[in-house]
Amino acid sequence: MADSVAIEHEGSHPALQHHFENLEQQREAGTLGMWVFLVTEIMFFGGMFFAYTLYRTKYPAAFASASNHLSLTLGAVNTAVLIFSSFTMALAVYSAQTGKRRNQVVCLALTILLGLTFLGIKAVEYHDKYVDHLIPGRLLPSRPFDASDVHLLPGAAPQNVEMFYWIYFAMTGMHAVHMIIGVGLLSVILFFAWRGRYGPEYHNPVEISGLYWHFVDIIWIFLFPLLYLLGRHLEH
Amino acid sequence: MSEHIVSLKIYVSIFLALLVGTALTVWAGLHDFPGQLNVIIALTIAVVKATLVVLYFMHVRYSSRLIWVVFTSALFWLAILFALTLNDYWTRSWL
Repeated sequence: MADSVAIEHEGSHPALQHHFENLEQQREAGTLGMWVFLVTEIMFFGGMFFAYTLYRTKYPAAFASASNHLSLTLGAVNTAVLIFSSFTMALAVYSAQTGKRRNQVVCLALTILLGLTFLGIKAVEYHDKYVDHLIPGRLLPSRPFDASDVHLLPGAAPQNVEMFYWIYFAMTGMHAVHMIIGVGLLSVILFFAWRGRYGPEYHNPVEISGLYWHFVDIIWIFLFPLLYLLGRHLEH
Repeated sequence: MSEHIVSLKIYVSIFLALLVGTALTVWAGLHDFPGQLNVIIALTIAVVKATLVVLYFMHVRYSSRLIWVVFTSALFWLAILFALTLNDYWTRSWL
């Protein structure tokens, strides 16, 4: 099919796809596409935030009791780790824009490392919940949910404490899945960055992977106070 | 519209602001404020932090109008999801 050869732009950048006029238009289109995807993600997490709001207002004492059993230290450290990773991600985009290949590679590697640190701490927390019989329902048939390790505030019922843990695992679990996808995504970007594909002219893949990473950070910015800090002030 | 490069100084300031916000939210969470103030403070800090990330780390402040419209439409639909569904759940016991 000799006719279907792509239209060649004279002297254009090798990364420019033939259906775009120029790199600028290509960048705008890519960024817009990522934002449309993030909108669907906001709606997806929105449903879970809604479930949280509904049950928290319905069972405030049980939710506060269950929340107090989470490790505030691990939660707070993880928040800082994720914010730091967003910062290094932003620096990776900056390094690509300013054509600093070495910095770009270092920043991307740091971001991945911090993402893995977050997941590691999350795994420690999940293990603590496993030890305390707080995996909800009968997800683990040999280890059914048992709220006896949780200090119940007045008016808190054990089955509603379990409701909190369903929501906790659903939300942090979905967030962790997004983190794992993010780490995978950035590993690919890191490979190409190391090969020197991204520079001041063309770096949209770095930019839109960054958008995704920051979005996952924002979800955690809301999850941390909502899940870890909702009943601490009632304890003493 | 050509691409705007955010300066390093802004990135560092936003990073520090986010860390301060995290410390502030932990501090506020350990104090007993009257009424529903604890939730309001926690959510206000979270919204401010998220706004900083969206505007500076995600470059929305320097992006085209179209990106603004797409992003705010998400918040608008989310508000509909919350408002209409909660008004059902919260008023059911009135019947």
